[in-house]
Amino acid sequence: MQDVLQHLINGLSLGSIYALIALGYTMVYGVLQLINFAHADIYMMGAFSSFYLSRWLNLEAHPGMGSLVLALVASMATCAVLGVTIERLAYRPLRNAPKLNILITAIGVSLFLEFTAQVVFGADPKVFPTLINDVALIETPFVILKSLDVTVFVVTLLALGVLHYLVYHTRFGKSMRAISHSLTTANLLGINSNKVIVITFIVGSALAGVGSVLVGLKYPKIDPLMGIMIGLKAFIAAVLGGIGNMTGAVIGALLMGLSEEFVVAYLSSTLRDALAFGLLIGILIWKPSGLLGQNSIEKV
Amino acid sequence: MRAFKIPLLTFIALLLLGVVLQFSVNAYIQILILQILMFGIASMSLNLVNGFTGQFSLGHAGFMAVGAYTSAYLSQVFPGFLEHTHLLGFFLFSLAAGCMAAVFGYLVGLPSLRLKGDYLAIVTLGFGEILRVILLNIEPLGAARGISGIVPYPELGFLDRFWVSFAYVSFWFLICFFSLWRITRGRFGRQFLSVREDEVAALSLGLSTTKIKVRSFVIAAFFAGISGSIYAHLISIITPTIFGFMMSVNIVVMVVLGGMGSFTGSIVAAAFMTIMPELLRSLQSVTGVDLRMVIFSLSLILIMIFRPTGLFGELEFSDVIKKWKRKNA
Repeated sequence: MQDVLQHLINGLSLGSIYALIALGYTMVYGVLQLINFAHADIYMMGAFSSFYLSRWLNLEAHPGMGSLVLALVASMATCAVLGVTIERLAYRPLRNAPKLNILITAIGVSLFLEFTAQVVFGADPKVFPTLINDVALIETPFVILKSLDVTVFVVTLLALGVLHYLVYHTRFGKSMRAISHSLTTANLLGINSNKVIVITFIVGSALAGVGSVLVGLKYPKIDPLMGIMIGLKAFIAAVLGGIGNMTGAVIGALLMGLSEEFVVAYLSSTLRDALAFGLLIGILIWKPSGLLGQNSIEKV
Repeated sequence: MRAFKIPLLTFIALLLLGVVLQFSVNAYIQILILQILMFGIASMSLNLVNGFTGQFSLGHAGFMAVGAYTSAYLSQVFPGFLEHTHLLGFFLFSLAAGCMAAVFGYLVGLPSLRLKGDYLAIVTLGFGEILRVILLNIEPLGAARGISGIVPYPELGFLDRFWVSFAYVSFWFLICFFSLWRITRGRFGRQFLSVREDEVAALSLGLSTTKIKVRSFVIAAFFAGISGSIYAHLISIITPTIFGFMMSVNIVVMVVLGGMGSFTGSIVAAAFMTIMPELLRSLQSVTGVDLRMVIFSLSLILIMIFRPTGLFGELEFSDVIKKWKRKNA
């Protein structure tokens, strides 16, 4: 039983990474009612950009805060630019098209990024450089708190804090929430919805960029298909919490991380991926709006 | 008997075509043709769900997997049965495969079809993934190795293997095409359309939309199972990874490219999507890297932006010809 605390730490650390990615899904869904399938691949591109930057600047030789910040900035910038490009070129022409078409486009963009990455970077996995020395900060017989886990927590909390400020204390946040309430009304009230949607993509993708560096540090193997599974799980986490609801996404992601950690620890590691989908199907059957979501009734 | 006239005539025409193909083209092209027919069955059946009922399913490969494994497992357990009964045995196995897939379709469809659009897509995707994980863990079904050495379609007397396979596959192909065609043009199938056009209106007319959606899902799953069983005997090796997300996407692309709501469009698209990667193989010798999948995904995006209705839209091939004639008259 003494491992429980350790699993708790690992689960929370995994969950906070899921949270960063889940927020991107939930924000885009909030404003566009679109599952941005490409989000997971934006995240993958972020990991690769910070990988190449650290190789180019030889960051591995000087692990520490500076290197971490550099990698984070590179990854966030790449993801943000990519997110905006995708929105502009693939999603905006289809803004008024049937939802099915947009969904298929999203899948197309996702596949395009995956296969382009396989051609450009090669399909073989690459080893992500250690940007932070992984030392045990607190060591007791029951639990080891490693600096990596602390970094993950701190960076996630910082990102969430900035996001909270953006969404609830700025003009942009107000317009974003207005749009997720009703796009037409927001337009009528003079909100430039295209601009807000672009900023939403920037913020959401940048969060995925943060997540990608953290995953790279914690599980240092990156490949062009790394986004698929983690993206699906993050999405499921977003649905679990109630899609479109940001607090819900974070709670859902933490639950997801914890349950996955405990299932692997106490049941079987082959069930890891089936768990996520089982959870999804369960949630959708019993409470489709998610933990914090609101039921909406379709009116004619 | 009148209802069977056209299907029978088409079948005979296809049998003759089989003879021509047997002597005119090489084995490589023959296999491609068989694959086109097989994917044609899969994409037509998915079109019933995606195009005619307006429900987006991303797990069609999962039903194919159920069918393929059923048929392959049966032929491993009862090898003697196939030897004695020849094609009848294969027919029964395919039927069993289809029924098994239909049962899965019912079980998956009943809870998940209450959801709409994106959610349904994710749940069906989840079904495919769960099925893959389960198959990977079942030792009697070969786990990760899958099942190999599945009995191919036999030679019958002087008829060679290609012709027999071709006849068998086109038999199912025509059953699939004509039953789906009849279904969607009758009262029973009009209900599917009503759900697609406006679910609330359909509800207010007293239709049980969930029931209708499940029906469409079960029929589609049945034919997906048939197509999976054909896959197993044609390729003779199946693993859980073959029937993954990519296969599902591939079939969805066929449906979308051909036009949602057009069975003949699905067939044309199935042919296109099977031949295209083979033609692009020669491109690889020029560029040095495999660009096929990049082109594939890029064209998916471009189709959606520039021709969202697909090649035929909701028109069938015969309508397209009529329209073209009228234009030129």
